[in-house]
Amino acid sequence: MADEIKKAPAPLKVTIDNITVEVPAGTTILKAARQIGGEVTPPAMCYYSKLEGSGGKCRTCLVEVAAGSTADPRPMPKLVASCRTNVMDGMVVKNITSERVQEARAGVVEFLLLNHPLDCPVCDQAGECHLQDLGYQHGKEGTRYQFERRTFEKEDIGPKIQLHMNRCILCYRCTYVADQLTDCRVHGVLDRGDHANISTHISKAIDSNFSGNMIDVCPVGALTDKTFRFKNRVWFTKPVDAHRDCPECCGKVTLWQRGDEVLRVTARKDEWGEIQSYDGKPGWICNTCRFEKKAAADWVIEGPTVVNRHSVISQGHYQGMQMPKETIQDVMSGLNPRLLMDIHDISEVNKIELSQLPGAATSANYKNESTKSE
Amino acid sequence: MGRKLLLEKAHIENIRSYEVYRKEGGYRSVEKALKTLTPDQVTDEVKKSGLRGRGGAGFPTGMKWSFLTKPEGVPRYLVVNADESEPGTFKDRYLMEFIPHLLIEGMVTSSYALGSNRSYIYIRGEYAWIAHILEQAIEEAHQHGWLGKNILGSGFDCNIYVQRGAGAYICGEETALLESLEGKRGNPRIKPPFPAVKGLWGCPTAVNNVETIAALVPIINEGGEEYAKIGMGKSTGTKLISACGNINKPGVYEIDMTISVEEFIYSDEYCGGIPQGKKLKACIPGGSSVPILPANLLLKTAKGEARMMNYESLADGGFATGSMMGSGGFIVMDDTQCVVKHTYTLARFYRHESCGQCSPCREGTGWMEKILWNLETGKGRSGDIDLLWDIQRKIEGNTICPLGDAAAWPVAAAIRHFRDEFEWHVTHPEEAQKRNYGLAHYADPLSVSVA
Repeated sequence: MADEIKKAPAPLKVTIDNITVEVPAGTTILKAARQIGGEVTPPAMCYYSKLEGSGGKCRTCLVEVAAGSTADPRPMPKLVASCRTNVMDGMVVKNITSERVQEARAGVVEFLLLNHPLDCPVCDQAGECHLQDLGYQHGKEGTRYQFERRTFEKEDIGPKIQLHMNRCILCYRCTYVADQLTDCRVHGVLDRGDHANISTHISKAIDSNFSGNMIDVCPVGALTDKTFRFKNRVWFTKPVDAHRDCPECCGKVTLWQRGDEVLRVTARKDEWGEIQSYDGKPGWICNTCRFEKKAAADWVIEGPTVVNRHSVISQGHYQGMQMPKETIQDVMSGLNPRLLMDIHDISEVNKIELSQLPGAATSANYKNESTKSE
Repeated sequence: MGRKLLLEKAHIENIRSYEVYRKEGGYRSVEKALKTLTPDQVTDEVKKSGLRGRGGAGFPTGMKWSFLTKPEGVPRYLVVNADESEPGTFKDRYLMEFIPHLLIEGMVTSSYALGSNRSYIYIRGEYAWIAHILEQAIEEAHQHGWLGKNILGSGFDCNIYVQRGAGAYICGEETALLESLEGKRGNPRIKPPFPAVKGLWGCPTAVNNVETIAALVPIINEGGEEYAKIGMGKSTGTKLISACGNINKPGVYEIDMTISVEEFIYSDEYCGGIPQGKKLKACIPGGSSVPILPANLLLKTAKGEARMMNYESLADGGFATGSMMGSGGFIVMDDTQCVVKHTYTLARFYRHESCGQCSPCREGTGWMEKILWNLETGKGRSGDIDLLWDIQRKIEGNTICPLGDAAAWPVAAAIRHFRDEFEWHVTHPEEAQKRNYGLAHYADPLSVSVA
C-alpha cells in the first residue's frame, strides 16, 4: 500500500501570472495555463494537442520563466515556447504580467502578418480565424512593411480541398494530419525560408478519407472546404451539433446551417479551437461525413452549438437589437455635417436582418427593402 | 612561432595516405587510448585539457561528453559536424582535405570514449571531393585494423560512415543535422530534449566539430594537462583560424591563442597586413554570425588592453564593445569596404538559409534583407535604421535555433558601431552610389604598427 502511494507521482505546483495550479508531471506550461483558462492562457497558432510533435514553431505562445523550479530557482534567460516546455515543481511563469512577453508576442504577430494578404473580406475563414483573433488582440494598427507581399499560386489538394498558400502561416499542423491520420503521405513542406510552402508532391491529390481534417486544424484560411467556398459568411450560419452512425469515424459533427440548408460540416471544436475528444480519442471526422452528407435528413440534430458570446459567430443569435441613436444632429442644433462616411448607411446592409433570410442575401432583398422604406 | 598540433604535418608529401601518416606517428593516440585508458579516462583527459568546442559556441567538450546519458541497451552515437557553411570559415575543409587521417584517428578515440560503435561524419554536399578523400581514409583505416570489429584486441567495435549534406547552412545546427542525417527535412528540433539525451534516432548522441575531434589526437598523445598549458586562461590548446578578406596572405593558420589580434593581422607569419597600404576598417573575428567590430575596438578592448586572439579576449565587453571567437572565420575589411553593402550581403545569406520553420526568423530575415537593399541602393528612409534595430531585436532569442540570433547579431553590431555610415546612406543616397563612406573615425585613435 505504502509503496503504491509513493509511486503515484506528486502533482507539481506551477504559478502562472500569480495564479498557482497543481498539474501532473509531464504537463506543458500551455496545458497548465489552459487549466486556469482565461487571459492567462497564451495563444497558440501551431500547437495542436491532438497532433503529435506539433508546436514550438509559431512562437506566439512564448512566456517568461521567472523561476525554473523550487530546486533551481534561476530564471530562464530566453523566453520559452510554453507549448513545448514542461512545468517543474515551483516554476514561476509570467505571461500577461511580463512586458517582455507582450512585446515579443506583438513582434511575432507582426511577423506572421507581414506576408499575410489580409484578404479577410473575401476569406472563408474570417470570423473563425485564429490569426484574426490574434491580430486583434496583440497586433498593431498599420504595418511597417513597405514591400510587396509574397504570393503563391492557388493549389487544389484533391477535389474537395483548396490550398491558398498566400494565407498560410506555416504552422505545419496539416502536415502532421497528413502524417498521422492518412496512410500515404504526399503532403509536406517544400523549399525553405520565406519561400517555404505547403504542397503535395507535386499537386497530387491526397487520397485518404480523413484528409478533410486538415481543413479543421488550419488556423487560418489557407486550407478551405471547396464545398463551402464563398457560399456564406460564417456569422450568418447557425451551428448545430449533430451526429450519425458512421462506420468510419465518430460521426459527431457541427452542421453550419442557413435556413434548412446544411452549408458545411465540420468536426466539433472545443474552447481552444481544437477538435473535441470523446473518451480520450480525438473526434476526427471522415470525408464522407464532411463532404457528402449535406442534408439535414442525414443527421440526428442534437441542438445548437454553444458558441462563445464574444465570437462573431454568435452575432446571428442576437436578433432585433436596437441600434444606438445618432446624437450629433441633436447636439449641433439640427446641423448634420458629414463627419464620417457610414458604410452601413450607404450600403444599407444593416437595414435587413440577414440572419432571418432563408438563404443568401441577393440584390432582390435590398431592392425590396429600399422600396419598402420609400 | 606558436606551436602547431593539428597542421604540423599537414604539408608532408602524401600525408593523405595511410602509410605516410602512420610513419609520421599517426594512430599513436588510438593505441594509447585503447590499450592503456578506459573510456572514462579518455573523457577525463579531455576535461583536463580544457578543450572548448571549435564549431562556434565554445562549449567545453569534456563537459558536453559527460552530459551524454548512458542507458543500458541503447546505442550511443558520435556525429562529427563537417557541415562547415559559415561564410568566412574554411578551416575544417583544410584539415579534412590535407590530413584526413587526423580526423579519423580522433574519431576512433572519441567513439571509444563515448561508446559509439557507429559514428558519422556529416559533410556538406559542396565538399564533394573531400567526402571521397575521407571515404578513402576510412577504407585504409579499416584495412589496417583501426576500424571494424575488435580494434587492437580491445573488444571495441567502431565503424565510420560519411553522409553528404545537400547544401543547407541550417544543417550545421546540430539538431537539424541529426534530422537530415535521419533522412528528413533539415529542420532544427525543439530543445529540450538535447541530443545528449535524445539525438540520432532517439539515442544519446554527441555532435562535435571536426577540429574538436581532431584535437583529441594531441590531447591523448601529450596528455590533457600538457595540452592545457598551451594557450591562455580558459582558451587552451591551438585553434585554426581561416583568415580572408583584405589581407595579404589569406589562408588557414593554427594559432596557440596567445597572440594579439594586431599581430595576427599585421605579422608576416600570419595575415601579412593589408594590401596596397590601405587601412583596417573593420573585422568579423569569428565567422559571419558574430558581431562585426570597427578597427579601434578590434585591436584594443574598451578597457584599452590589447585584444588577444582567444575566446575571452574577443568576447571582452560583451556585444556592446566585443565580439566572439565563433568558428574562427576571420574576415578583414579595409577602408574601401562598405559596411551597409556587407551587412546586406550577410542578411541575404541568412534569408536564403533560414529553414522557414519558426516565424520570427522566416519573416524577419527577409524583411531585414529588403530594408538593407533599399539602404544600399539609395532608397533608404530615415526610419529604416531604427526599424532594422527593432526587427533584429524581435528575432534575437525568440527563435527555435541559433540561426535567428546569427541573422540578428551582424545587423545589430553593424548598426551599433557604424550607425553614421548607415545614416550617411540615407542622407546622401546619390553620393552613396558613387563612393564609399571610407574609414572615418573607425580607426581612431590607434596607431598601427607593423610587426
